[in-house]
Amino acid sequence: MAVVKPERFFTERFGLSDGALERVLGTALERRADWADLYFEFRVNQTASLEEGIVKSATRNVSQGVGVRVVAGPRSGYAHSNEVTFDRLELAARTARAIADDRVGSVAVPATRPAPQAHDLYALARPPIETPVADEVALLERIDRAARAVDPAITNVLAGIGIEHRVVLVVDSSGRVVGDVRPLVHVSIRCVAERGGVRQEGSYGGGGRFGFDALLDGRAERFAREAARQAIVNLDATDAPAGTMTVVLGPGWPGILLHEAIGHGLEGDFNRKGVSAFSGRIGTRVASELCTVVDDGTIASRRGSLNVDDEGTPTQRTVLIENGILRGYLQDRLNAGLMRMAPTGNGRRESFAHLPMPRMTNTFMLAGEDAPEDVIRSVDRGLYAVYFGGGQVDITSGKFVFSASEAYLIEGGKVGRPVRGATLIGNGPDVLTRITRVGADLGLDEGIGTCGKDGQSVPVGVGLPTVRIDGLTVGGTQA
Amino acid sequence: MSDVIEIARELVSGALATGARAADAVVAASDGLAVGVRLGEVEKLKRARQRRAGLRVFVGDASAIASTADLSRDGLAELAREAVALARLTAPDPHAGLPDPADLAREMPDLDLHDAAVERVEPEQAIGWAREAEAAALAAGSEITNSEGAEFGTDAGEVAYASSLGFAGAYAGSHATLAVVPVATRDGLMQRDHWYTTHRKLAALDPAVDVGREAARRTLRRLGARRPPTCECPVVFDPETAASLLRHLAGALSGSALYRRLSFLVDRLGEQIASPVVTVIDDPLRPAGPASRPFDAEGVRQARRVVVERGILRTYLLDSYSARRLGLRTTGHAARGVGDAPGAAATNFALEPGTQTPEEIIASVRSGLYVTDLIGFGVNPVTGDYSRGAAGVWIENGELAYPVEELTIAGKLGDMLRDIEIVGNDLVRRNAIASPTIKLGRMTVAGQ
Repeated sequence: MAVVKPERFFTERFGLSDGALERVLGTALERRADWADLYFEFRVNQTASLEEGIVKSATRNVSQGVGVRVVAGPRSGYAHSNEVTFDRLELAARTARAIADDRVGSVAVPATRPAPQAHDLYALARPPIETPVADEVALLERIDRAARAVDPAITNVLAGIGIEHRVVLVVDSSGRVVGDVRPLVHVSIRCVAERGGVRQEGSYGGGGRFGFDALLDGRAERFAREAARQAIVNLDATDAPAGTMTVVLGPGWPGILLHEAIGHGLEGDFNRKGVSAFSGRIGTRVASELCTVVDDGTIASRRGSLNVDDEGTPTQRTVLIENGILRGYLQDRLNAGLMRMAPTGNGRRESFAHLPMPRMTNTFMLAGEDAPEDVIRSVDRGLYAVYFGGGQVDITSGKFVFSASEAYLIEGGKVGRPVRGATLIGNGPDVLTRITRVGADLGLDEGIGTCGKDGQSVPVGVGLPTVRIDGLTVGGTQA
Repeated sequence: MSDVIEIARELVSGALATGARAADAVVAASDGLAVGVRLGEVEKLKRARQRRAGLRVFVGDASAIASTADLSRDGLAELAREAVALARLTAPDPHAGLPDPADLAREMPDLDLHDAAVERVEPEQAIGWAREAEAAALAAGSEITNSEGAEFGTDAGEVAYASSLGFAGAYAGSHATLAVVPVATRDGLMQRDHWYTTHRKLAALDPAVDVGREAARRTLRRLGARRPPTCECPVVFDPETAASLLRHLAGALSGSALYRRLSFLVDRLGEQIASPVVTVIDDPLRPAGPASRPFDAEGVRQARRVVVERGILRTYLLDSYSARRLGLRTTGHAARGVGDAPGAAATNFALEPGTQTPEEIIASVRSGLYVTDLIGFGVNPVTGDYSRGAAGVWIENGELAYPVEELTIAGKLGDMLRDIEIVGNDLVRRNAIASPTIKLGRMTVAGQ
């Protein structure tokens, strides 16, 4: 597949001229509406998966389609189709504009003009989608061997490689045309360990918007050994404690805390509606002064990064919390407009079949000053959690959970025995005020996060230094 | 209808002509409408149209899958070439293949899965129902202060399946859903909850006003929630949260998890896995059932099956691949997305009702928890370790006393199934996986 500019890719593939797109936008705006946009998407997903030592299956899925949106105040009309023809676009535009009333007659839409490229975060000589499947098969076999070499108790390894190539193009009624070509690679590994009648699993993975070669420098084998190590550690895990205690989170992926506890609650749609536990709290203290939290979609090659969001707005670094004070929300175009704020490049959608919403990109806390060992040493009795499954939040009550899959007791300032997975629960507006130590060891996750909201999944990143939280409820079985 | 079958047939014959030993194809077409209303104003109007085709091919004992939204003749030919090329790169798997022809569906029972009225819903009607439901919620009390909105959505279409065993079939289906999310405030603290109605038939939906009132009742019930003490106590699950336990059970009984030994119920066929009050039936032939179908994703015949009978595990849920791996016969539970390999999954999977009312069950608890909401993903399918965030109402002396939140409930799924003491009489088959109210004897609650 040749790399061409997105604007040319779509007009050539579907035989749509610039004039045709302007006519469709004109149709969309024939009633009293504020603006309209077209979102074209072409996507190829390729997967290969291994289990029981062999690559048993491979898939290749091609998806394409277009969505037409008409916005009038808080109202969005949307129609989409995976048949990309002028007639379908005209029909979709007429359907979408039904949201607006009052016919105003024909509207001249300015001639379309490509917007300058905002960032260039994942330019690659060879897009990963062009990787020969045989190379993926070979890497999966290396992953299998690396995991099994960790311990004879590893009885099965399930590993998958997913490669995505997504071309998007946004054309809006101001005449702006913005495209993006987005690569994404992903490795996921799940190991099963069995010993003395006990069975456990461990899982790990990573990826990002980079070339397949980046996995070949030993990174994939490291992921494999990590998944196997987790499964082996968990074979010896005992029941987790139950109740409120001091919790130390390790660096990196435990940053899912920030994603659930505060990130969702700061999304513009919930705050425009006034239904978030953080609504109306900008400028107030929501965290200890040790905490500065940002959402940054501009970090090169990261899974959560984008050159532009799915409305064509360049991504940026947005400060959410600065030294404990709530500073900002994450916005898409619609909600920013209604709140008289600026879009922050967080308008994202799962595909052409979905309306954009404010979503996170890479959300993390800046490093503090403590040595991580000192943070652990400062705790007499507590829980040290280093790896997590998923999390969820009720943005209105602010209550959030995230589930540890690798955790240890801390006894007398030392990391002790491993405990079984347990869910941690807290209150978003309050949990960061209980952070009393922040390590100097900020880590970003390996590139495994997928965020779900209102039925739409998008890739995201998180990050955290080692932190100490004084008082978080741990949901084990030992009361 | 003939359209999608013809495309599926054409894909299969194209695959055979391109060098596949065997092949099967799924073609799905659907059209949908969704409207959203908030505080009485229309916020969203969405029309969807999707057409997709997926092809699985076997080259020798190796297989691969390709899918596309390009249903042109060229697009379908390209799909066959891609799938066959991909299969040549995967490893042979002696268990791979289509089902035994003896297991294929021979009759196409009419299961009443499609309602033309759902396809005819106009945006104005949909907006009207959403407005009516939200207005009923907003009118339910002065403490209902806001709303995340109400949505009405429809989805209707058809799915076809054809394979190189000569099987070809298609069926149409429809769904309509109305949901409301009110927000309530007391002492500056907000709570939200939701309620919904969903059915294949438009006329079978609950009245919009009832949906709104129930959403408001569930939301108001959460106001003033406290944190309970950390303790061990009986836990009563309402039907919505009890259904989530049935989903964990269905996942653990899926052949896809069992042959990989990723289930806490490995090697338990014929054994007592749950308390004697537990009988679970999977019935894909229930008329108008949410997951009903005349054949599975491999064309296999469907049957009602008792999965758990008075606590004894009678059958796993198998597709043909996991059946061959386990030395068993497919139970017709193959499920697949258009572009995915088939796996095994439950259809209409319900815990059979008992005789006691929810009130009687709550009255049987001196001090314990009534769970109405669960969040998070704290379930380990391999070990059955269970730990999730919860909200609900504290039970004191057999009565609902005060709302509770910011707590977790924890146990082990294997123990929890054996610890089900009472099954309620209030089964409503709103979703494919459904349960009445249930009471567990003892779980760990973590709070203050």
